[in-house]
Amino acid sequence: MKVTITVNGQEVGADVEDRALLVHLLRDNAGLTATNIGCDTTSCGACTVLLDGESVKSCTVLAAQADGAEVTTLEGLAGADGTMHPVQRAFHAEHGLQCGFCTPGMVMALVSLLRENPHPTEDEVRAGLEGNLCRCTGYHNIVRAALTAATEN
Amino acid sequence: MIPAPFSYQRAGSVEEALDLVTEHGDEAKFLAGGHSLLPLMKLRLATPEVLIDLGRVPGLSYIEDRGGHVAIGALTRHREVETSGLLVRELPLLAHAAGQVGDPQVRHRGTIGGSLAHGDPASDLPAVILALDATLVARGPSGEREIAAGDFFQSLFETALAPDELLTEIRVPKPATAGWGFQKFTKRGIDWAIVGVAVQGHSVGLVNMGPAPLRAGATEEALAGGAGPREAAALAAEGTSPPGDNNGSPGYREHLARVLVRRALEQATAGP
Amino acid sequence: MSILGTRVVRTEDPRLLTAGGTYVDDLRVPELDGAVQATFVRSPLAHALITGIDTSAARGEPGVLAVLTAQDLGSAPAPENEAPENEAPENAEADEAELVAAEESGEAGPGPLGGPFTEPMLAGGRVRFVGEPVALVLTGGPAGRYRGEDVSELVSVDYDPLPAVVGTAASLSGDTLLFPPAGSNVAAAGGARKDGGPAFDDSLFAGCEVVVERTIVNQRVAPVPLEVRAAAAVWRDGKLTVWASTQNAQLARVILAGALQLDPSAIRVIAPDVGGGFGAKIGIDRETVAVAWAARKTGRPVRWVETRSENMVAMTHGRDQVHSLTIGGNRDGRILAYRIDIVQDSGAYPRMGGFLPTLTSLMAAGVYDIPRVETAFRVAVTNTTPIAPYRGAGRPEATAAIERAVDLFAAEIGMDPAEVRRLNVVSPDKFPFTTASGAEYDTGRYADALATVLEAAGYDSLRAEQAKRRESDDPVQIGIGLATYVEITAVDAQAGETARLAVHDDGTATVYTGSSAHGQGHHTAWAMLVQDELGIPMDQVTVIHGDTDLIPVGVGTFASRSLQLGGSAVHKAAGEVKDEARRVAAGMLEAAEDDLDLDTGTGRWQVRGDPETALSWAQIAGQAGGDGLVANVEFKGDRATFPFGAHVAVVEVDTETGKVRHVRHVTVDDAGPVLNPVLAEGQRHGGIAQGAAQALLEEVVFDADGNPITSNLADYAAITATELPSFELVAMETPTTLNPLGVKGIGEAGTIGATPAVQNAVVDALAHLGVRHIDMPTTPERVWTAITAAQPSASQPSASQPSASQPSAAQQTGAQKAAQNGRTQ
Repeated sequence: MKVTITVNGQEVGADVEDRALLVHLLRDNAGLTATNIGCDTTSCGACTVLLDGESVKSCTVLAAQADGAEVTTLEGLAGADGTMHPVQRAFHAEHGLQCGFCTPGMVMALVSLLRENPHPTEDEVRAGLEGNLCRCTGYHNIVRAALTAATEN
Repeated sequence: MIPAPFSYQRAGSVEEALDLVTEHGDEAKFLAGGHSLLPLMKLRLATPEVLIDLGRVPGLSYIEDRGGHVAIGALTRHREVETSGLLVRELPLLAHAAGQVGDPQVRHRGTIGGSLAHGDPASDLPAVILALDATLVARGPSGEREIAAGDFFQSLFETALAPDELLTEIRVPKPATAGWGFQKFTKRGIDWAIVGVAVQGHSVGLVNMGPAPLRAGATEEALAGGAGPREAAALAAEGTSPPGDNNGSPGYREHLARVLVRRALEQATAGP
Repeated sequence: MSILGTRVVRTEDPRLLTAGGTYVDDLRVPELDGAVQATFVRSPLAHALITGIDTSAARGEPGVLAVLTAQDLGSAPAPENEAPENEAPENAEADEAELVAAEESGEAGPGPLGGPFTEPMLAGGRVRFVGEPVALVLTGGPAGRYRGEDVSELVSVDYDPLPAVVGTAASLSGDTLLFPPAGSNVAAAGGARKDGGPAFDDSLFAGCEVVVERTIVNQRVAPVPLEVRAAAAVWRDGKLTVWASTQNAQLARVILAGALQLDPSAIRVIAPDVGGGFGAKIGIDRETVAVAWAARKTGRPVRWVETRSENMVAMTHGRDQVHSLTIGGNRDGRILAYRIDIVQDSGAYPRMGGFLPTLTSLMAAGVYDIPRVETAFRVAVTNTTPIAPYRGAGRPEATAAIERAVDLFAAEIGMDPAEVRRLNVVSPDKFPFTTASGAEYDTGRYADALATVLEAAGYDSLRAEQAKRRESDDPVQIGIGLATYVEITAVDAQAGETARLAVHDDGTATVYTGSSAHGQGHHTAWAMLVQDELGIPMDQVTVIHGDTDLIPVGVGTFASRSLQLGGSAVHKAAGEVKDEARRVAAGMLEAAEDDLDLDTGTGRWQVRGDPETALSWAQIAGQAGGDGLVANVEFKGDRATFPFGAHVAVVEVDTETGKVRHVRHVTVDDAGPVLNPVLAEGQRHGGIAQGAAQALLEEVVFDADGNPITSNLADYAAITATELPSFELVAMETPTTLNPLGVKGIGEAGTIGATPAVQNAVVDALAHLGVRHIDMPTTPERVWTAITAAQPSASQPSASQPSASQPSAAQQTGAQKAAQNGRTQ
């Protein structure tokens, strides 16, 4: 079936199987490989993108469901002139990433979290990240990055 | 990780959804937020041949004050339920419980109707709906009917919904007694409840204490008879048949039920 | 001022944060155009004979290029058979350094046990664990990945089930042998159990006023890197190129050369960005070998990425040792003797031989000056996923054992566990110190580490708070857990590491390192070293790793070796480049070499006192001609280094439900001078989280038939942000004398210290009830069971409770059951 999804401001048209997952459309059809797949039980959050502005796990959304919607991935987060989003900047400043695999999903989850809760407490950040697994950082610096980014709100 | 092949059908209205499900019969499943169904399909534990996407059906996402009750459209997302000012005011138990479902990403997609129709006794909302004595409204080829929550959840993944019926609305009466409590016991924040408890007044719903969500009948009786939280909670496990799995044995779950019911009742009596 | 020791954010980050990394499954290189997708068919049974494989239905499906089984292998040897312990394969001139590295480290990937325990590429006659690869389906086209999953379901394998051997007790009974030609399920043995044994010293505990015995479990866990395993391969013009998610491309090449009977020069292995490894991606697994073989066989490029569910059952697991402990000493707190008898579950294929419990045995005594230490181990195969290194690889097990034993001893004599530690740690004047289990510790300040962490944690206030809550019978009790640890890093120091440093005629520099970072930040760290030594700014330094065409000789990143060996190699290369530059500059300036100075602040050479003569690196490199200024070095360490530390964990235990909350974690982790505190702290954080996870939450579980119960991330309790506190790290730096940087390894230290600290904290929370031990993970039910067992008046668990403090029935022998409780002599 044919779907058209606006990804990072660009219209992406694709002819995909009915069962195609949004994450595969993003990675394979739109060529945006920053969004990663880390599990098959909707547990890890590595595939998190914004769908119409809200964080979703793109491995558990059919491309068909996202037809006509707007999706933002990590690649679309920085400004047109390359200025990093406050969350990206904060991850860099606070060493919020090591291997980088969970990072795109983690960043998008936090972008959404901070939109909904601009000044979270540490506990609220941790609860807000319960759907995002990281194995490298122990979450400590990710939490600091979130709180640092929040100070720009 | 990839669902078995299926045909995707998009319904533009309730009528169309019903036409499609009548046409495809047993081979078809409704798709709402997809966060109960798609995970099963990705592991190929469910292999429907047809998915009827309700995502674009208008008029099924709302939270309305109808006087004696609040009506919630079946396609209302958990995030909307969680943050609805009306629900926070009138049905804080429901708003709070919706905020405990899954994680933020799941709550942006999952719907109350999808969660209830899925019929998983380990889900948070079925027990809440039970405790709130809600009425579920279903529409089928032969029209609309109301199903009391107590009749709705029948067994593991089995509800009173006929295969060709669509859950459209949940009507939740405004509670007579304001006190509420909610306990969700997990090892990790993201986990399903090992045991959960939803209390509204003297109504006590149990999560994951049997093949279907159920009320703690003996506890409710004791409360009605004037027993306090501790005494009533001691009976919480009566009539339950909790599962035994890697997260807990049946005996441990029974113990947890007693403790968590007591805590939820204490929350309810302590007030806001 | 030197940049070393300062906080420098990573050069790796901008790319990772904006475009995302390029992991194997992200590769969109022309060489892989038209690639087919590989999907493995895996055994659903833990132990069975394969009586037939019918691939006809699968092969008949559209888009299927091939369905390959062991039959198609012909006489190609199994990969592990050609592991470096055996003679090098014919026609293969594998680099001697690589072979040495692979042999000596033991951690260097699949191997060294071949013979009857050989692990085949695809199972031929017998499967030995659920998830073992049996066949390989190759599907093409844009829907190749999707179709692969569909088609793999059509491969029909006939199995004749055999009894499943689950748990080491079942294995040791020998009732069912996994490898009948081996004659035994014991793949290796050592210490007092070498050559059969056991030959325990009956007088080991003579003179001890108090002897405590306990059998404890160090449970199996899963590494769970966020990136699962993946590989891609193409065979063209007689050369095989393989991209793999690996911790060492050079070792991967050695494995491929052996398995596929190719000269290593015909193979190029590239490690792109790698999403975590933790020891489980050392070298490559049989699936990657199969993918490479399939590429050569079919002539098509082949890509593979597993699902997480496959990863949970088919990527190696970690830990899984049962320890019979005996600790003896006097009531004044002095520990006199310690024995640890280890049973290591190796899973279905004993890839590591006795390597892991050998390390456990070596580090058995921990930080303590114990006069008499006896160790023994057996490695037993079971019908479960194979075991391999996982962050710490044998040392977390040693530390968890001795730290538990010390707390058990402290409880028995009624002494504060901090005091017992103070009385028994090796004193600073005794270094270098050789323990009674044979480890030669280089430098250490154990008492200082303990004192520092106790102060940082506010130990006395914590004990006061604990006393208050015990007094008031608070349903939420607090536990304070201690761990003092020492660990061995760069165990394969003599295998060394390589570095090639080139300064170009534009003044930039390139470092080709044998290390292979997968999150550790070596590109930043090595650039810092170059800037410090040569004055070339970090942003002018490019670091390259993980490509055997560019770096044919290298060892890789594991065993916490990279800074001390790889960093020292970079340092050494910089020194040689400097010497060469001095020579060239002297010629250019017609001056004596001794009269030249390098200002590392400006990166300028000049004749001392004469700024007019200043030369830039660009100028000197241009004058040097050819490749510019190049040094190609190897740095070999004499022996391993021993970082150490002390952790305090604070937990709250809800005594009504058994739920544990990890509320504080304070650490000292001393690995010598810290090159970049940002990187060091990150390594400590990650290690602490994984260590706490083992203590609190994570466990790989198989049922009695060998079916995995925790085979996805919903069922396996991988730790999340909500279960952890923010950590409190205290700095301490005690250099080693063993390398020019004075550094030891930090990567695994956090894991090693955290697990026992958290486990001890949970037990400590309930010590006033008489609880002496709770096995890991300290799940709510285990904790609650321990509480109710200690308080018979409280509500009793039903008969179906698992035992909180004992290994499962499958793991206990009669002798272990008899030796369960502490006793005094």
